Amino acid sequence: MTVVFDRTLGLTQKQTHYCPGCTHGIIHRLVAETLVELDVLGRTVGVAPVGCSVLAYDYFNCDMHEAAHGRAPAVATGIKRVLPDRVVFTYQGDGDLASIGTGEIVHAAHRGEKFTTIFVNNAIYGMTGGQMAPTTLIGQRTTTSPAGRDALTTGYPLRISEMLAQIPGAVFVERVSVHSPVYVRKAKKAIRKAFEVQLSGAGFSIVEVLSTCPTNWGLEPTAALGWLEENMIPYYPLGNLRDVGDGKETGRVH
Amino acid sequence: MPKTLMKGNEVIGAAAINAGCRYFFGYPITPQTELPEYMAGHLGAAGGVFVQAESEVAAINMVYGAVGSGARVMTSSSSPGIALKQEGISYLAGAELPCVIVNIVRGGPGLGGIQPAQSDYNQATRGGGDGDYKLLVYAPASLQEMADLVQLAFDKADYYRNPVMIIADGMLGQMMEPVELHPHVPTMELPPKDWAATGTLGQRPPNIINSLYLKPEELEEHIHGLFRKYAEMRSREVLAERYHLEPTRGAKVAIVAYGTTARIAKSAIELLEADGIAAGLLRPITLFPYPMDDIASLPDSVEHILVVEMSMGQMIDDVRIANEGRLPIHFVGRTGGMIPTPKLVADTVRGILGSPVEEGVAP
Repeated sequence: MTVVFDRTLGLTQKQTHYCPGCTHGIIHRLVAETLVELDVLGRTVGVAPVGCSVLAYDYFNCDMHEAAHGRAPAVATGIKRVLPDRVVFTYQGDGDLASIGTGEIVHAAHRGEKFTTIFVNNAIYGMTGGQMAPTTLIGQRTTTSPAGRDALTTGYPLRISEMLAQIPGAVFVERVSVHSPVYVRKAKKAIRKAFEVQLSGAGFSIVEVLSTCPTNWGLEPTAALGWLEENMIPYYPLGNLRDVGDGKETGRVH
Repeated sequence: MPKTLMKGNEVIGAAAINAGCRYFFGYPITPQTELPEYMAGHLGAAGGVFVQAESEVAAINMVYGAVGSGARVMTSSSSPGIALKQEGISYLAGAELPCVIVNIVRGGPGLGGIQPAQSDYNQATRGGGDGDYKLLVYAPASLQEMADLVQLAFDKADYYRNPVMIIADGMLGQMMEPVELHPHVPTMELPPKDWAATGTLGQRPPNIINSLYLKPEELEEHIHGLFRKYAEMRSREVLAERYHLEPTRGAKVAIVAYGTTARIAKSAIELLEADGIAAGLLRPITLFPYPMDDIASLPDSVEHILVVEMSMGQMIDDVRIANEGRLPIHFVGRTGGMIPTPKLVADTVRGILGSPVEEGVAP
């Protein structure tokens, strides 16, 4: 019998606490598989955020730090400066990275810190029960925007990747999605590229992964995948925004 | 070793490098900025790394990552900056990460001023961030003592796996004194940092640096473990200087002061001595653990305690706790960056004893 798919050694045996239909599990797997495929798992140190993936330190099968809310890029800076030959990554949601931690992510990119950030954007605060995030779409109902997000009083959804792509130190910026198998494969490619950029020492790399939150969106898992495709991708276009290594200084969106 | 004339903030940097500190994360703020400047200029040559963080919050979280990676790490700031760092300091204490944090204190609240003060006593000794925790807190009164305590602080931090704070008023950060700097001789046997998250290299289960305990019984057990360390600090780490408190001197008033005010108190004691008034000084060197027993065991001749601080009176609460109502406690202090004079302290002692006070000079 041929094994065509196996549990990656990059994840522990622990059962995750994620809700049914949540795509954190897929994204964890893609990161873990990449670390194994690049043969760097044993010299990887990850940083978990505060949010739904707060317990990621129990799931990734490598040394981990649990950071304060939004501070993962600062913690990762400390780690990478002490251990420059290790592979360092942060795994952060949109409340953590795009709201309370904007200062830390912008300046880690600004300094060109040589670590990789996996930014999971599901347009809502999950763990605290569905509050509005900076990434919440216009009109989207959350517990703190019960009538739907109103641009006049709460602004427009923040496009973090486009913002970071303007920073010289952010040498690899790409937005991907995991709402269907073909996109999962593309996401895996981008994540691998981001870690390869880190290994090359070129600078800061980030992959934004559009993700679902069926529980707080109030949708069935499959409906949530459809909602992501129909609503999030038009506002958060997929594609590479910066890849200094490919010789194209300016970003392109496809 | 020859003595070198150095500025307080630079002494801290030089002593830290001697102690094996190779990583410094900081942010500019008066009156401590010469310290990050010193580290920026000297850490590279020592094979270390200086990072100017984008904020105090980022700096303390960089410390968290660097300490979790097994390094000797320091950060510094001044009062409002230390207030910003409190989030990270609480996480460091919770995750049991050893590091040295320097507070060169200026007047507050808010932006306050930039002149010396001692109004961060409560911030240093009462935790400062969220939750049940303590820092080991050293308060030097001279630059030589500052150098020695900085080196000691790194060993104590590693021994207890706890953040250690060096607290000094802005006067001590800015003044110059001759200092003898020593190569570091470890003061105690230290456990290996086998808890550090440096990569498993496939040879051990993952190490996790963390302060999160979702089960309340586990968090309570964790906090009990922290407090066993604090109990050990209370029994082993108390440091205090007794000046002119030998029983034969018959001191009527015991002044309690730390840092710069302790030096002012010594001058006041000399002024009083010239008038035949016997007073002594108890100078806490550790603010946590506090020298409670020294306060409780002052010579029988002591009839009054006078607390002198550059604040409205914060340490006085610890003196009250230690004194347990035995002796009357008095207070004199200046705040907001004002510095009490030896005459103010001496006149206060005279007033307490009912002696005539020299007139014509405002306090």
